Amino acid sequence: MIWGVLQFPGSCDERDALHACEIHGDGARLVWHESRDLDGVDAVVVPGGFSYGDYLRAGAIARFSPAMEAVAEAAAAGMPVLGICNGFQVLCEAGLLPGALLRNVELRFRCHQVELIEERDGGRLSIPAKHGEGRYYAPEEMLDELERNGQVAYRYADGHNSNGSVRDIAGVTNERGNILGLMPHPEHAVDPLTGSMDGLRVFDRLGRGAFASHEDGKAPRG
Amino acid sequence: MLIRPKEGILDPQGKAVEQALPALGFEGIEHVHVGRMVELEAEDPERLGELCEKLLANPLIEDYEIQTL
Repeated sequence: MIWGVLQFPGSCDERDALHACEIHGDGARLVWHESRDLDGVDAVVVPGGFSYGDYLRAGAIARFSPAMEAVAEAAAAGMPVLGICNGFQVLCEAGLLPGALLRNVELRFRCHQVELIEERDGGRLSIPAKHGEGRYYAPEEMLDELERNGQVAYRYADGHNSNGSVRDIAGVTNERGNILGLMPHPEHAVDPLTGSMDGLRVFDRLGRGAFASHEDGKAPRG
Repeated sequence: MLIRPKEGILDPQGKAVEQALPALGFEGIEHVHVGRMVELEAEDPERLGELCEKLLANPLIEDYEIQTL
């Protein structure tokens, strides 16, 4: 699997994402935000950072970039897309993922290791989180629907939801399960040197379609 | 355009301002909300609502109001 990593003005985690993709897949390349061409990649990461300076709202401007148009088209055709942190915000603003990300409770920028629970198999991951606008929000009816559809992919473990996300949600997918948004950073946890390799499990699950809905018949739940 | 957090959504920025007020001697002020204002000149004001929906506000979390001067 060849991964592409988008690069916007203001992205700052694209190098780590590239490194993680190289470890996970068969290669990875950067895709400049002005490119309408995804260069033949099989999957895409929308990385963290502060695309377009976070002007207006985080992710609000990046979604109009030519590269994001290409990502939206590819995702509609089933390509795996992983949005991390600011990338998650971009995917929500683009309407590719449900909900929105708001300023953290107490207005604190949070930077620490967090424990996550994989919703479907209950597995635990330890990966870093670093964000000021990571409080996941969606209206109650939407949250009920997400849970019914199995679109909640990751939750913060007890005591690890420091940003105030509703129902401890750290990551969600689209209905089809090929687009995943995650606030903490799996790409920073791919090497024993930095304490955890758990991040690779996120790339792996998305890459093999493990978040796909029942109806697709690709992967049974649980 | 005036854009503000939707009613019922926790607005930590407004809360922080509200909590700072008593220290400055401003008593009896509550329900502080911080939003933003966008000023622009438009030839065709008809489409400003659409502009708010699509870009200036996120309708899931924000309300907007258009004032013409």
